[in-house]
Amino acid sequence: MSDAPAAQSPWQTVTITRIQKRTPRVTSFFLQPSRPFAYRAGQHVDVRLTAPDGYQARRSYSIASAPETGETIELAIEKLEDGEVSPFFHEIAAVGDDVELRGPLGGHFVWSDGDGGPLLLVGGGSGVVPLMSMVRHRAIRGSLVAAALVFSARVWDEVIFRDELIDLAERRDGFDLVLTLTREPARRPADYARRIDAAMMVQAMTRLPAPPKLAFVCGSNAFVTAAAEALIDAGVPAALIRTERYGV
Amino acid sequence: MVTRGFSSGRKPPTDTDARIPPGQYLEQGFPVLSAGPTPHVRTEDWSFTLKHGPRPIKKWNWAEFNALPLTKMTRDIHCVTAWTKFDTAWQGVLVDDILADAGIEPPTAFTLALGFDGYSTNVPTKDLTGGKAMVALLYEGKPITPDHGGPARLLVPHLYFWKSAKWLNGLQFTERDEPGFWELRGYHIYGDPWREQRYTNDP
Repeated sequence: MSDAPAAQSPWQTVTITRIQKRTPRVTSFFLQPSRPFAYRAGQHVDVRLTAPDGYQARRSYSIASAPETGETIELAIEKLEDGEVSPFFHEIAAVGDDVELRGPLGGHFVWSDGDGGPLLLVGGGSGVVPLMSMVRHRAIRGSLVAAALVFSARVWDEVIFRDELIDLAERRDGFDLVLTLTREPARRPADYARRIDAAMMVQAMTRLPAPPKLAFVCGSNAFVTAAAEALIDAGVPAALIRTERYGV
Repeated sequence: MVTRGFSSGRKPPTDTDARIPPGQYLEQGFPVLSAGPTPHVRTEDWSFTLKHGPRPIKKWNWAEFNALPLTKMTRDIHCVTAWTKFDTAWQGVLVDDILADAGIEPPTAFTLALGFDGYSTNVPTKDLTGGKAMVALLYEGKPITPDHGGPARLLVPHLYFWKSAKWLNGLQFTERDEPGFWELRGYHIYGDPWREQRYTNDP
């Protein structure tokens, strides 16, 4: 007889407890795990759906909530028209539904208060999601690490977490927010209305008290390629830049 | 657990279904994944070093390496982020031919693939030899673009694609199976897509 615990499936059932539309194309799903779920800001999960005929679809989603928020995990999911998992969430999923989840996953695109800074975060579209977890983690911890988020969206109404980010920046506790819109004029005085470039990165870094110790870039492949090159052109050493890409 | 309201819309089984490992879906595009910025390695700065531990066995520059026998390999590839792409067409130098040019038999059972960006990934040596793996120089007949790992990347198509290290600049034989970049960050030490070995504790 062995005292070893029975092998536990890495998958667990989670229940949707709340659904909140964030932008026309992005909705947050709040998930209640069935067993303890500890994670770090920036990590992701795999979500698995199973059809009656046994077919399974799985996709990775970044966590938007901060580890300190409590048991509920927030995923902010963008609807992809040709997807098979995101349309399920947007069109079918309801509060009380169960899905399967595995994680947390990823040990590179993560940041904790203790990792220090200054921190430069660069997000495009739904690529802001894991950065949001870092920004929230920093705020909840009362961290003194200086951080700047440069967030590129097509239009003002597609700035995910917009009101919360502006509120956090208005605390003036060392977190600064730079928005850039690619298809609309800028709304706030120091914001931009163009794609991210090296000049924008240079200016963003002037908002930090010292050069960044770490830079995190997340978005589509094209966005990450351009933003990472802008950071390098702005003088950030490649070794300090961590990237996460999605899409084709 | 069946998910309420989720249907597969799956067509009757076809012969292609048997080519898709568990948990994967078929992708027509070629997604890019990497842990950092894309390095732009010029071929005039490129080199490839075969090492046994810290000791270099042989080093090739771009012209020397391109003079080695070129082999075509068309294979399905499987990324741990769940996409599978059929019939990717590569040309490059088989690891067997690299070893032959160096005049050695594999000195150890384990290998680390090393990248210009500091990336590393471990592969058992027997998964690199016997025609199973190459250092790819061309994709669909053209030089591999930087975002896909050019000038040269490892191609180990029977393992999850993070094992096919981009921006390759060397292979290092090691005495023990030493975890590489992603293997130290939660990903499986071996990474067989048919056994769905995605993460550290997968059987």
